[in-house]
Amino acid sequence: MPKTRHVSVGDGVLLLVGTMKGAFLVHADRSRKNWNVGGPYLAGEPIYAMAFDGRQGRRRLFAAGSNPVWGATLHTSDDFGRTWTNPENSPIRFPEGSGGALKQIWQVTLGRPGEDNVLYAGVEPAALFESRDAGTSWTLARALWDHPHRPRWEPGFGGLCLHTICPAPDDPGRILVAISSAGVYRTDDGGASWTTAHRGVRAEFRPDTYPEFGQCVHKIDGNAARPGRYFLQNHWGLYRTDDAGATWTDIADGVPSDFGFPVVCHPHDPDTAYIVPLESDNFRCTPEGKLRVYRTRNAGKSWQPFSKGLPQANAYETVLRDGMGVDALDPAGIYFGTRSGRLYASRDEGRSWKLLADGLPPIVCVKTAVIATTKPRKRATRRAQRRRRVHRA
Amino acid sequence: MAVTFHIPTYLRAFTHGEARVDLDVVPGSVRDALRALYEAYPGIRDRVETELGEVRPHVNVFLGEESIRWLGGLDTPVGGATEISIVPAVSGG
Repeated sequence: MPKTRHVSVGDGVLLLVGTMKGAFLVHADRSRKNWNVGGPYLAGEPIYAMAFDGRQGRRRLFAAGSNPVWGATLHTSDDFGRTWTNPENSPIRFPEGSGGALKQIWQVTLGRPGEDNVLYAGVEPAALFESRDAGTSWTLARALWDHPHRPRWEPGFGGLCLHTICPAPDDPGRILVAISSAGVYRTDDGGASWTTAHRGVRAEFRPDTYPEFGQCVHKIDGNAARPGRYFLQNHWGLYRTDDAGATWTDIADGVPSDFGFPVVCHPHDPDTAYIVPLESDNFRCTPEGKLRVYRTRNAGKSWQPFSKGLPQANAYETVLRDGMGVDALDPAGIYFGTRSGRLYASRDEGRSWKLLADGLPPIVCVKTAVIATTKPRKRATRRAQRRRRVHRA
Repeated sequence: MAVTFHIPTYLRAFTHGEARVDLDVVPGSVRDALRALYEAYPGIRDRVETELGEVRPHVNVFLGEESIRWLGGLDTPVGGATEISIVPAVSGG
């Protein structure tokens, strides 16, 4: 096996990069000027989902391995990748009698603030699992698994997967999930019942453009600063909802294509979101051979391309649904990875970009974590002291 | 009677590094033999079989020199001293 290079993870930003051949950790201090790349971890395993859980004093990395021969499981590391668990039995598994067999874990999502031991996982075949003990044990969301639509859900090109989980920040009973290619489903009662939540989202590849279900939603992202608002990148179509999926509005005016995979929201501004359009479903590459990130700052009324630092010739790149992330700092850092193994970062909210790594295996997942190694009160005190010094000067 | 299992590299994480495991059991079938292996080394089960009890599509189980896919699957009878090999498919990119 390849030798793993470890990074020293201190106060700063950590990128969790899942690739088709293992995971990588990429770290910088809060200036985000100089980055160190660690890995490969879990070498050889496709890692489609990663997450960092820093709640309750934990420093736990999750990495969902999908070994093409030996199956899927959820690995954890409490020492930033130096050691990983390799559980005898996958902690995420379909219960006996359900008829399901875990093929792949597509998403690991933390619960709402205050639900400090809650995690959710989205898997293939399309199902939702919940953990209430910080990831030790997991339970199948039975009502969604037993949904009357499920026998007629059709797989997308990547498989029949539940790839997006959005716990509503303002409602402990509400969760939106996205399934390819079934659409958006929502519970308002903590998972006891689920209804479709994709009215207005088209399924261009079907004879009935607005079916009851069967939409191929590629990604949804929301912002806690404005509960109920989500942006959606569809298999053809770019949408926004302000009512938690009850209705979706087309916001694709001003982008070179409304086909693409990722969409991420700004961590502080609910009107701002980022996408990387692709030319079409037949040619899933950046249009015109130019790698461009598009940003809206007015909730989708208009879009602005950013290309500074990104290749603008012969760049036929693909960014997959979980290949883009943002950090929570101010200004926010934006990150994305390509199927060609290039990892880019912007520390000025998308205006300019820097290549952090080239030649990684195909990147399928980019998640972020802000690591605090000093107590927030101390940092605040130092900032206050600096402000006082400046004031005195 | 002993059944000898040949363990591939990936699964040796669950057999304390052993490439060969001998179990003193009298299985009626390959399924029984594997059950005995899983009991001794629980981590192997999830890697070889799905939750539905089916051998994963890219895992091959050989009885002697023949894949059980071309015999009777997991119900293939086991007679006499037996060697069972668990072999990952040569596939992927």
